[in-house]
Amino acid sequence: MAETIELEVVTPSGPVVSENVDIVTAPGYAGVFGVLANHAPFLSTIKIGELAYKKDGKEFSLMVSGGFCEVSTNKITFIVESCEQGSDIDVDRALRAKERAEKRLAQSKGQQEKVNEARAQAALQRALARVRVAEKRSR
Amino acid sequence: MPSLKDVSTKIVGVKKTSQITKAMNMVSAAKLRGAQQKMENFHPYAEKFNKTMANLSGGASGDYPLMEVRDVQAVEIVVVTSDRGLCGSFNSNIIRMAEKLAAKYEADGKKVSYVCIGKKGSNYFRKTGKMRKDYRDIMGTFQMFNAREIAQDIAANFEAGETDEVKVIYNHFRSVAKQEPTNLHLLPIKPVESEEEEGAAAGSSGDYIYEPSSEEIMTVLLPLYMNVMIYNSMLQIGAGEHAARMTAMDNATNACNDIVSELTMIYNKARQAAITGDLMDIVGGAEALKG
Repeated sequence: MAETIELEVVTPSGPVVSENVDIVTAPGYAGVFGVLANHAPFLSTIKIGELAYKKDGKEFSLMVSGGFCEVSTNKITFIVESCEQGSDIDVDRALRAKERAEKRLAQSKGQQEKVNEARAQAALQRALARVRVAEKRSR
Repeated sequence: MPSLKDVSTKIVGVKKTSQITKAMNMVSAAKLRGAQQKMENFHPYAEKFNKTMANLSGGASGDYPLMEVRDVQAVEIVVVTSDRGLCGSFNSNIIRMAEKLAAKYEADGKKVSYVCIGKKGSNYFRKTGKMRKDYRDIMGTFQMFNAREIAQDIAANFEAGETDEVKVIYNHFRSVAKQEPTNLHLLPIKPVESEEEEGAAAGSSGDYIYEPSSEEIMTVLLPLYMNVMIYNSMLQIGAGEHAARMTAMDNATNACNDIVSELTMIYNKARQAAITGDLMDIVGGAEALKG
């Protein structure tokens, strides 16, 4: 087996993952990036999306929302506001949230309220990420 | 001399009170466990966060609105208290500390405003007319997003120049038996520098690849840092409230028991006196019949 990197995901409600994994892919500021063992020190903000990692040939997928991630000395730490396992995601709820957010976005078009638009946009992103992660699990 | 009936009614009453205080003690013990768990869960996040923050601010320099040090004209005091009372001097300690601090600032001719998290503080400070905003009834079930909302509001107020300095007063949860009122400096955010971190930062952060630039990450990180601080103080209050109530209720239960034993003593004495009186009557009657 190739070298592994230590993955750690912490959220305000507790540590979620702490494992040695082969590869991590995450939604960074400039797009999805992958991290293998012995990566150079790296610091990036994290967008809402899917955090995937591979361990012993098996793929795992998590939904993360905003935060940042730090890579140092063969260890990758995600400090995010929330993180959900695929099995915890309620797909129906996520789909409903997606519809709601889309409706709100359509309504707010052309309006001055930028705050609400940003909030709806974030909600939509979260819903989409949840659906994506959940679908991966069902396959 | 109270009558026998009066004393026995009182004993029953005090016993009932002690049942209630005992129940409250046990409820608080159970809730404390939950709150403490929440606090412990948050700990790794806060720790990692501060480490990264130290790493970053060691290497980064620049002007950030939240770090801007201005001549202090107006101070905002964020008072974090519990929503409910019956927890001894828990809340009054915080309020007293906040008032002292405010008095000190006002003596220097600075304007003071309050933001209250928790009902007890807001009930108190609303009377002063200096309360800018309050958040009530969120102590029981707050989440990170509650803290974020509060932090955003405070940050917006700071950036708009309404306040030049923000302090947070809360009770630090040292242990179940001890909670200390603490004065925490929130804004402007001071760069984290501890000597140990200094070396680490010089060694590693120089080689870091930043995405986006370290300056841009800082602008994302600083509001988050406020969230962390406020969320943490709320967690501490959440756990401290229950711990303080446990102690207060334990004391109350003990006091009830003391009163009950005192009253029982009075009751027995009164009963004894009554019996003696009755006996005297009987003996006196018998003597009279004999004669």
